[in-house]
Amino acid sequence: MATVSTSGQSHDMGLHTEKLTNRTQQRFFDAGESANLTYAWAPVVDTNKVGTLDCEGMDATAINIRIRELMDQGCGTIDLSNPGSMHGLCVGILSRLQLNVTGSLGYFGCGLIDGPNVHISGRVGWSCGENMMAGTIVVEKNAGSTFGAAIRGGDLVCRGNVGSRTGIDQKGGTIIVGGKTGAFTGFMMQRGRMIILGDAGINLGDSMYDGTIYVGGKIEGLGVDAVPADLNDLDRKWLKSKLDLYGMEAPNGIDNIQKIVAGKQLWNYDNLEPSEKKLVL
Amino acid sequence: MCGIAGLIHKKAGGANIGQEMTDMLQALKHRGPDSTGYALYGSPISNYIMRINLAEQADTKKGFDVASQLQTRNDQVDARMAELGANIAKKENSTAYALRYEVAFDGDLKNLIDYIEDIEGVEVMSCGNGLELIKDLGDAAVVSAQYGINSFQGSHAIGHTRMATESDVDIRSAHPYWAYPFADVSVVHNGQLTNYWTNRRALERLGNRFNSNCDSELIAVYIANRISEGDDLEKAMRRSVEDLDGVFTYLVATSDSLGMAKDVMAAKPMVIYESDDFIALASEEVSIRKIFDHDIDTFDPYEGEVRVWQL
Repeated sequence: MATVSTSGQSHDMGLHTEKLTNRTQQRFFDAGESANLTYAWAPVVDTNKVGTLDCEGMDATAINIRIRELMDQGCGTIDLSNPGSMHGLCVGILSRLQLNVTGSLGYFGCGLIDGPNVHISGRVGWSCGENMMAGTIVVEKNAGSTFGAAIRGGDLVCRGNVGSRTGIDQKGGTIIVGGKTGAFTGFMMQRGRMIILGDAGINLGDSMYDGTIYVGGKIEGLGVDAVPADLNDLDRKWLKSKLDLYGMEAPNGIDNIQKIVAGKQLWNYDNLEPSEKKLVL
Repeated sequence: MCGIAGLIHKKAGGANIGQEMTDMLQALKHRGPDSTGYALYGSPISNYIMRINLAEQADTKKGFDVASQLQTRNDQVDARMAELGANIAKKENSTAYALRYEVAFDGDLKNLIDYIEDIEGVEVMSCGNGLELIKDLGDAAVVSAQYGINSFQGSHAIGHTRMATESDVDIRSAHPYWAYPFADVSVVHNGQLTNYWTNRRALERLGNRFNSNCDSELIAVYIANRISEGDDLEKAMRRSVEDLDGVFTYLVATSDSLGMAKDVMAAKPMVIYESDDFIALASEEVSIRKIFDHDIDTFDPYEGEVRVWQL
C-alpha cells in the first residue's frame, strides 16, 4: 500500500479528497504495531492464544459478550461456530483480533468494527460490515444487500455474489466482490474504492459524490452522475496488489476492468440554498 | 415489516410441510408477531377443499349469544351449498369460527363462493383441490397448535408473519390471500404497494372482489385477473413487476408451482436455497436454516427478478 499512500496519487486515481493514511487504511494488526492502532483500554491479546465459542443455544447478546470475555482473557484468535445466520453477531469489536466464523451470519454481522480480521466460511445477510472503520472481513460465500453500507475503512471482501445497494454511502476503505452485485451499487458513495469482478446491476454509482468503482463484468446501467473514466497504470497496480492480497483474479483481466467515478455535475456545495439566498439579498 | 417463506419438495411423496413451515415462520416472528398464515398444498383430492371463516376472531369475544350467531351462519352456509348442488363430504372446525369443508361440486365455483360470502360476516378463505389456507392471530406456534398444522403432509407451501402497517390486525388482513376465484392459487407479500388504489379501482371495475383494505390482497387479485386474461403464472408475475409500484417481494403458489417476484428497487429481502429436489425461500436466512441440520448455500435474487419452480 505504500505506493498509493499519498494524496497526489490518490488524486490521479480519481479521488480528490481522500488521503490514504492513518488508522482507517490499516489492514492488519499485530502485536508489534504502534500504540495509535489500539484503544487505550483495548485488551491485551495474544494471537497464538485461541478461544472457541459454540453459539448453539445462545442469543446474539450473549455471543457478543462472550467474544469480549475471551478477548479479556487474552485470546487473540477466536474460532466461532454454529452462528445459525443470527443477526447482529460479532459487532462493535474495536481492537485487534483474528475471528474465524464457521457458518453464516444474518443481518448487520460485524458492524461497527474497528480493527479485527474476520473470516466467515458461509454467507452473510444484509448490511455486513456496516460502518466498519478498519480491519478485514472476508466472506467465502454470498452476501445480502447493503453489503458494506457506510464503511469508513478496511477491506470488506465477498468471494461470491452480493445483493443490491452494495457500498451504499461508502465513506472509505475497499469493498471487493468476487461475483455479481445488484442495483444501486455505490449509491451515494462518498469515498473509498469498490471492485466488482462480475456484473453490476442498474443504476451503478447513482448520485455518487466521489470514490471509484471498478467493474470487471458487464454494467447493466450507470446511475445519475456516474461516469466512465480511463484506467491508468496506478489503477492497474493498485487493483493487482489488492486482488493478489485475497487470491482473487479479474475474470477478463485487469486491463478490461471498467472504472467509474463521479461526474460531479450534481455537486452544489458552493450554491446557496433558497432560504440562504433570501438572507443574502 | 412482515416475513414471508416458501418451500417446495419436488420429489414425489412430499414431506411434513406443516412442521417445516411452522419452524420457518417461527424464526421470522421478529418480523411480524400480529398474525401468521399458511397456504399448504397436500395431495390433491377430487372434491373441493374450502376454508370458510364465519367471523373475525375478535368478534367472537364480545356481544351476546355469539355461539348462536355462529351456528346460524354455519347453517346458512350448509343450506346455500345444498341449494346450489354442492354435496358436503366432510366438515371440520378448528375453532368456533373457522371451518373446513370437503365439497363435491361441478357447478360454477365463483357463483357458489359469491353466494356463500353473501352471508353477513362469512368469508371463503380458500378453495382448491389441494390448498389449505389457514391464518389467524398470533405467532406460528400459536396458530399451528390451534389448527393442528404440525403434521400436515404435502408438497409445497407458503407462509407469512405479519406486522400490520397498512391495515388492521385481524384475520381478514392476514396473509396468505387466496386468488379468488381460482382454485389453489395463493399469495404472500412483504412490502408496500404505492399504487394500490389505482390498481384496485381498475380491478374492481372488471368485477373483482376485495375483502380487505390490505395492499397484499391486490397482488392476489391482480394475479387472478391476469390468469383469467390468459397469462400463465410466470407471465402474470413478470407483468406485475412492471404494473405494481412500491417496494415488495411476494410469493405465489399454485397446485403445482411456486413463484417469487421482487420489485425493481430490490428493497425487500429474500434469500433462496435451491437444490434439485427442494427449494426454500424466506425473508431471512435464519428461517431457512431452521429446517436444515447441515450447512447450506443460499443467495439473494436480484431487482425485478421473477422465478417459478414446478413440482
